[in-house]
Amino acid sequence: MNPSLLPLGDLSRALDRGEARPSAVLEECLSRTARLDGKVHAFLRLTEGQARAAARASDERRARKEPLSPLDGVPVGLKDLFCQEGVETTAGSRILEGYHPPYDATVVRKLREAGAVLVGKLNMDEFAMGSSTENSAYGPTRNPWDLERTPGGSSGGSAAAVAARFVPGTLGTDTGGSIRQPAALVGCVGMKPTYGRVSRYGVVAFASSLDQVGPFAQDVRGVALLLRAIAGRDPNDQTSSLRPVPDYDADLEKPVGGLTIGVPKEYFGEGLDPAVEKSVRTGIAALEREGCTVKAISLPNSPHAIATYYLVATAEASSNLARYDGIRYGQRAPARGSLLDLYEKTRAAGFGAEVKRRILLGTYALSAGYYDAYYLRAQKVRALIRRDFDQAFAAGVDAVVSPTSPWAAFRLGEKVDDPLAMYLNDIYTVPVNLAGLPGISVPSGFTQAGLPIGMQLIGRPFEEGTLLRLARAAERALALPRRLPLLLERT
Amino acid sequence: MSIHDWEPVIGLEVHAQLLTRSKIFCSCSTAFGAPPNSLVCPVCLGLPGALPALNRSAVEMAIKAGKAFGSAIAERSIWARKNYFYPDLPKGYQISQYELPICKGGAVPVPQPDGSVRKVPLTRIHLEEDAGKNVHGAAGSQVDLNRSGVPLVEIVGEPELRSAEEASEYLKALRLSLMYLGINDGNLEEGSFRCDANVSVRRKGTQKFGTRVELKNINSFRFVRQAIEHEIERQIAAYERGEKVVQETRLFDNEKGETRPMRTKEEANDYRYFPEPDLPPLVVSREWVAKVQVPRLVELHARIVEAAGPEAARRAANVVTGEVARLVNEGALDLSSPRFQPAQIAEVFRLQDAGTLSSTAAKDVLAEVLRTGKPPAQIVQEKGLSQVSDESALEAVVDAVIARSSAEVEKYKSGKKNLLGFFVGQAMKDLKGKGNPGVLNTLFKKRLE
Repeated sequence: MNPSLLPLGDLSRALDRGEARPSAVLEECLSRTARLDGKVHAFLRLTEGQARAAARASDERRARKEPLSPLDGVPVGLKDLFCQEGVETTAGSRILEGYHPPYDATVVRKLREAGAVLVGKLNMDEFAMGSSTENSAYGPTRNPWDLERTPGGSSGGSAAAVAARFVPGTLGTDTGGSIRQPAALVGCVGMKPTYGRVSRYGVVAFASSLDQVGPFAQDVRGVALLLRAIAGRDPNDQTSSLRPVPDYDADLEKPVGGLTIGVPKEYFGEGLDPAVEKSVRTGIAALEREGCTVKAISLPNSPHAIATYYLVATAEASSNLARYDGIRYGQRAPARGSLLDLYEKTRAAGFGAEVKRRILLGTYALSAGYYDAYYLRAQKVRALIRRDFDQAFAAGVDAVVSPTSPWAAFRLGEKVDDPLAMYLNDIYTVPVNLAGLPGISVPSGFTQAGLPIGMQLIGRPFEEGTLLRLARAAERALALPRRLPLLLERT
Repeated sequence: MSIHDWEPVIGLEVHAQLLTRSKIFCSCSTAFGAPPNSLVCPVCLGLPGALPALNRSAVEMAIKAGKAFGSAIAERSIWARKNYFYPDLPKGYQISQYELPICKGGAVPVPQPDGSVRKVPLTRIHLEEDAGKNVHGAAGSQVDLNRSGVPLVEIVGEPELRSAEEASEYLKALRLSLMYLGINDGNLEEGSFRCDANVSVRRKGTQKFGTRVELKNINSFRFVRQAIEHEIERQIAAYERGEKVVQETRLFDNEKGETRPMRTKEEANDYRYFPEPDLPPLVVSREWVAKVQVPRLVELHARIVEAAGPEAARRAANVVTGEVARLVNEGALDLSSPRFQPAQIAEVFRLQDAGTLSSTAAKDVLAEVLRTGKPPAQIVQEKGLSQVSDESALEAVVDAVIARSSAEVEKYKSGKKNLLGFFVGQAMKDLKGKGNPGVLNTLFKKRLE
């Protein structure tokens, strides 16, 4: 098989064995992207020059048998939310058009240090606000399985690029489901680590207490390798954890027999597409066959998660996005007269509708006289949502399992004019961010129409290793056929 | 009704820059006067994706202030975002503390004219970052962000001051205290010590506060008095005319010596404070608080003044910020268990005033007192530092000098009056430096004219 089509974990082994050369893999990736990305629109921009130089340097290290890490020479794409020195970084927004950060995000630096080949910046919903990538100021990304459908969001470009085999691995961010939901909708693996596991330094902020960086790959092993490379304490992010980072890959194949899987009834209720439920139940059965105990549980406060999320996330966003005022960087609208006029015109022209909606919501939630009723109350509910999970874990549950998204990929335009329907995409993923827990989406099957379905596993804080093992067990037991998206089969 | 029927109520908020080497949330230098925007990085520029990383020496200085003023130091305090738009505020919010500040309560000791010390209570002290500076010129408005992220303590005093004079004395005492602590340079002109005043007036004998007006832009002690005095008069005049005082922020115009409206309550910002999600709660352990050394200079100053009298306040301050601070910083002096008594320093002042000690000798004695705690008189005796001021004792020396310097005496008498220094110098040489130069001067003049 063409090594550039291999899942990241397998590609890493092929590189180790000298069966593939980084430069050759990169060229395959670039040429596939050149051929097909006109249809998908996963990338906002490619950094071919830098990528080729990095791949050549990796060729030499590999030839000397001195790779820096299992990622040495592996092409990786970055959501356009990660600052990369000298490379335009827009966060999918008009307001940052032409902005070239003078520094690398910590995860970008770590990937470089691991020898990964950074290929380009990927499309996303503006400031990571959205579930379909339709909120990008630069046009939507399409799902490689059906170009009329969305790859999900906000990390839609990161998900689509992996599904279309443009690159074996990408990074995204997940504030309310923005890694797991698109991973489910394009049929790849995507993980949101525990809050604090990965540094947020240099990642354009949406909601600081919820944002977390995580990887996409076609396989669980690829996600494990990427996570190990990017995780760890960063003195530049004081919310990052001091806990040591385990070798996730080493324990990946360990049996999962004896682990207990909790199935929360609140995550299998009204609004869930029966085809999705059926597929996820197949996944649960597969884990049971692997020796897991399945236990019915209740997370009674999770149904309040969406309401809670849209207060906490918007409040933080209203503050985080205040810096885009046209004074120091990014776009400034032509304004006459007052400072206020400059601010208003710049922000009116620079932000899209959804971003404006959330800034307004968040500003309102923090306003004098409303703070207690909205923001403070939301924080209290947030604590209750976390407590539900803590109680389940204390009762012996090692991981909670649920659908990732209530439905498979939907059509572009289907929900874009109905914000509330769009927000329900994240009904199963948002509680995990509010609780700060790790979550992973792993493929569990396909709909009759051939659209991918994802299953979510939620773990104890900093138990990414257990989640990866369970996800790997499901991957192994389900042994889904390695189908290629239609887009690739036709070419 | 007259002006005497009204009682002013004044509370001061002081912003003091902390003397850390680097900024509060990044490693940029805090130096003053560097070329615009040369001391900046992604963090203090508020670039997308940048995050704050706390400088613990700023926290340590706030602990120092809290300990010095007897505040309660919180084991856990919370960073908060204060949101507002302004070009000198690059993130669109200032990282500050709101509901749970690092220090609560305490009091600033303010020396009184009668030599006693008044304790003016504090509401709180909290940590925050400074904003940059807008520079308005012919080329338009420009922003210098060198100051962005410089650590500040905001020291909020209780509304316990009753006159512009009291406010000014409080500020002077507070400024000196912070300088003694080595946490602020006390420079009002460069803006490293800034003051806002909340002023209201009420009918004498009533308890209820009047409507409060906040005064900004007061950057000298003279202006503090002027601004507050003007504001008190303005408010009393308004009430006496039967008008209301509007709750507002007013700017002091130091050229006109008056205040003018900046914004009313309705125009006031809703700062939308909320806990800063990028920083964990600030945890200050009991051990940390115990370890922070507070040079007890404020107290020492007060006790020297107590012993030496209020007119020695400035002199005491010079000793405390000079020799004492130097020895403390060198580790040669531990003020928690000093060997000397503050009264001994007052005694050195007296010996100098009486002419027994020259200013040089006084310095030597002072250093010895601070190190050993020996009585000054004993040191003077042991070192033979006593200055000869007795005219009868000096006359013999004056005669001897005149006798052996006939050429110089001729020249002096023919008009070279600046030779007086030569004669005094000769006499001092004979006296091994212990002669009182003033007395010698007079004696030579009398003898030669």
